[in-house]
Amino acid sequence: MQPIVQLKDIRKTYRNGDLEVHAVRGISLEINPGEFIAIMGASGSGKSTLMNTLGCLDRPTGGTYLLDGIDVSTLDRNRRADIRNQKLGFVFQGFNLVARTSALENVELPMLYAPRRVSSSEMRDRAMRALDIVGLAARHDHLPNQLSGGQQQRVAIARALVNEPRILLADEPTGNLDTKTSIEVMGVFQKLNEQGITIVMVTHELDIARFCKRNLIVRDGLVVRDESVKDRSHAPDELLKHAEAEAAAKLTHVLFPHANAED
Amino acid sequence: MRFIATTVISLRALRRNKMRSFLTALGIIIGVGAVITMVSIGNGAKAQVEAQVASLGNNVISVFPGSATTSGARGGMGSSNTLTVDDALAIQREILGAVAVSPELRHGDQVLGNGLNWRTQIHGVAPDFLSIRAWSIRAGDIFSEADVRSNAKVCVIGDTIARQLYPDIDPLGQTLRIRNIPFRIVGVLSSKGYNYFGADQDDVVLVPYSSFMTRVFRWRRTVNNILIEASSAEAMPRIQEDITALLAQRRSGREPDFTVRNQLELAAAASETSRTMTQLLAGIAFVSLVVGGIGIMNIMLVSVTERTREIGIRLAIGAHDRDVRLQFLIEAMILSAMGGIIGVILGVTVSEMLSHFNGWPVLVSTESVVVAVAFSAAVGVGFGFYPAHKAAKLDPIDALRFE
Repeated sequence: MQPIVQLKDIRKTYRNGDLEVHAVRGISLEINPGEFIAIMGASGSGKSTLMNTLGCLDRPTGGTYLLDGIDVSTLDRNRRADIRNQKLGFVFQGFNLVARTSALENVELPMLYAPRRVSSSEMRDRAMRALDIVGLAARHDHLPNQLSGGQQQRVAIARALVNEPRILLADEPTGNLDTKTSIEVMGVFQKLNEQGITIVMVTHELDIARFCKRNLIVRDGLVVRDESVKDRSHAPDELLKHAEAEAAAKLTHVLFPHANAED
Repeated sequence: MRFIATTVISLRALRRNKMRSFLTALGIIIGVGAVITMVSIGNGAKAQVEAQVASLGNNVISVFPGSATTSGARGGMGSSNTLTVDDALAIQREILGAVAVSPELRHGDQVLGNGLNWRTQIHGVAPDFLSIRAWSIRAGDIFSEADVRSNAKVCVIGDTIARQLYPDIDPLGQTLRIRNIPFRIVGVLSSKGYNYFGADQDDVVLVPYSSFMTRVFRWRRTVNNILIEASSAEAMPRIQEDITALLAQRRSGREPDFTVRNQLELAAAASETSRTMTQLLAGIAFVSLVVGGIGIMNIMLVSVTERTREIGIRLAIGAHDRDVRLQFLIEAMILSAMGGIIGVILGVTVSEMLSHFNGWPVLVSTESVVVAVAFSAAVGVGFGFYPAHKAAKLDPIDALRFE
């Protein structure tokens, strides 16, 4: 099986006047279809740069990057835009939906920039199907500010899926969400992964990384650990645990109403 | 290629921000509206001036008495007393292209009729006078050449005389006494209103010049001026020269004591004044149109900054530079085109209202509408390009991080 992503000795150096910052100093990596990877690391470790390189948003200063067999490290700005549109799906920490625009129109957005023109009826059908996958078809006409954070992130996932990408890239997708919603969003990712979609996400939460199959730890621009997750978390179980914990907290509160009185 | 999709994106973006879109277009609306209103007012004033000049008649050449020198003192314009009916007849006989000629003798006096009296101007003229002055008859007819030859006691009265002396009867066939001499009224002139200088042109009684000289004002030998209608505007300079030559010849070497003027000179001066005014008004209005364009640029620039994240999202999910540039250009163009259209409606409406309620003469010209709309579209592209270019050059990573 041919890997989707082949990174060979990727380097990225930022130049700030006379000062050179080596954000990534030679990462080699292969990602195969069906993988579910978490990239972890402290801030400044180079994980965001690695993610931007994987997402074809940034060009490495050294090394080669084959995406689906194509060398994307040498493509120009607009060719990379086409690659992002056709082969990659993005989910961001801040959801990044276009404001005052309905969920449906947000999901339609990548198709408007497709190299091949998509008819408006096909665009609507595909957007509705993507919203259905994340369970939000009923709310297709809601505006972002009428949706909860978790729902907004699911709209963003639908938008990332709509052009049937080879790989889904998520940059701290649960960073702005509470525990319960984070588990729900990870549940969506797990379900998509079971259907065969390759997912790479950046996170700094160990709990969240345990929902993935493979964890990479980046430090000082190098991958220092690359291991598969042994006792994976499964979203339905975790949700159950979370509900029990909450119920227990409530029970405690009912039995001992003054337990937290000093708060 | 992706033009349709980009237009859809632009329309969605404008619809999302209806208030901002309206405020952006407002500058253009007011600019275009102002241009059209100002130019319409200017054109209306110009047309009115031209109509007043035209009411004096078309292609009219006037001969006035010149300066007479008495004992070395030059009397100034009109002091000579040598322009005669014979001069008028000679012009009529000998000048090619003088299609109508009339001497004009004027005198103010009291007239009586229908038991009422009124002081007015009595003009001694030839029947051609009316055609030269482009003046029509409301009732009856002008006196004839035969009346001139027979010194007939007939007259044609102006509208003011008809209203003052014959308020409730038909003046036709009535008798009007001028210096106690009875004249039969054969015609009533249609109203010509006030002239360029505010005098009532309808306060007049026309009699044959022969009757004027032989029956009413017997001491008069000379005329106030001679009016000539030229066959065409092109022929006027030539005819003017011929008249000058003819009159000089008739005075056989004496100092020329007459002046030949044509109406184009007056018309040109008057329309030059109003043209200057129109240009001034249009200039002011165009400044406001440019200000409107700069307003569009400002709002588009603010909009680019405010929507940096949105631009980042679009770039991240596959928009090319030119998609983003085209989106902002189309937004700017739609705004200015809409502003232009609303501005035309506003400008025409305000012009009509001014003419309706204020009675100002207003003339909406097609050129001003076309120029204003074309200019507003150009403003949209011109001032929209810089913000669009700025948006297209953003780096997706920086744009996505922008707070």
